[in-house]
Amino acid sequence: MNHPPPVSLAMIYGLFFRIGLFSFGGQLTSWIHREVVLVRGWMTNEEFLSGMALSQILPGVNSTNTAIFVGQRLRGAWGATAAIVAMLTGPFFAVILAAIFYKWIIGWEGMQSVMEGVAAVALGMLARLGISAGRGAAKGLTPALAMLATFVGVGVMRWPMLGVVAVVAPISVIISYMQGRGDEG
Amino acid sequence: MKDENIYLALVTILAPLSIAAIGGATGIYAPLQHETVDLRQWMTPREFIDLFAVSRLAPGPGSMLAPIIGWNVAGFGGALLATVALYLPSSMLCYGAARVWNRYRGKPWHRAIEAGLSPVAAGLIFSGILGLLRLGETGPLSWFTVVLVAGLLMWRPKLHPLILIGCGALAFFLLHVAGA
Repeated sequence: MNHPPPVSLAMIYGLFFRIGLFSFGGQLTSWIHREVVLVRGWMTNEEFLSGMALSQILPGVNSTNTAIFVGQRLRGAWGATAAIVAMLTGPFFAVILAAIFYKWIIGWEGMQSVMEGVAAVALGMLARLGISAGRGAAKGLTPALAMLATFVGVGVMRWPMLGVVAVVAPISVIISYMQGRGDEG
Repeated sequence: MKDENIYLALVTILAPLSIAAIGGATGIYAPLQHETVDLRQWMTPREFIDLFAVSRLAPGPGSMLAPIIGWNVAGFGGALLATVALYLPSSMLCYGAARVWNRYRGKPWHRAIEAGLSPVAAGLIFSGILGLLRLGETGPLSWFTVVLVAGLLMWRPKLHPLILIGCGALAFFLLHVAGA
């Protein structure tokens, strides 16, 4: 059994509070990946990505589900609670402030361009996460095909996400299980 | 509407959406609009669109539309209740799944599921990017920025995204001023 590095609840709260507050333009999952995997090394890439896939299959908002997954892995129930409460605290007050001042903000003529710029940068962060995940998948034929099949089904054909995952994921898992046994034996 | 408890109404609208929203926050916008504008007439369609725009100004997950609607119809208590109603049911479910998932860490089949799910996640990320491209809100300048930011972050993984967000906002604003 590999254990996650010791991380205090205060560290979890502090990190997810900042992610919530800084994540202008959305794409919080790429923020979480950056901080948890790239900068802090609290989780491996594969651990994070499989948790992220679970978060997308489950109902609810993907990014907060991912936060719960990370918090649970690091510190159990309190870790999960700290992660989600922290991640929602900043945006909660920010959105109320935005509601109070919105006529003043919307009235400012440059706002639309600023928001476009922010959204484009956030999307660039998501693309960076995609490259990182794609590199991992490109190591073998099976994962590469699984990635391609998911992308073609969900992204290109726009088939229902759950249906595509229900077909692709079991095949991908069974093949990697058989390959794992082959490596050991 | 006058006989209806507004807090109870917020919970009965949002809690089912929490469990029904599979595949992210975008799925809740249409039913939320139907409930608050068409059925209960808490606001006009125009007000709903304005609130949607406001929710996108703030940081955080896309679904911060729920607290802002709660705020609009019932003040601070409404905002708090709307947030809890939208997040609590799905979060409990996710917590249960994460707990079961992490309990069996280290078993060979667990490693196989992890290895098998990672490429599926990669495919979903690229699908998400393509979906945002399809929305048509983004011009060539946005796509140049996306590629530039992804490249910069591959080259310098620890570069702080806030710096990039600030630069992006400034660059788009200056180009807007220069162009218009």
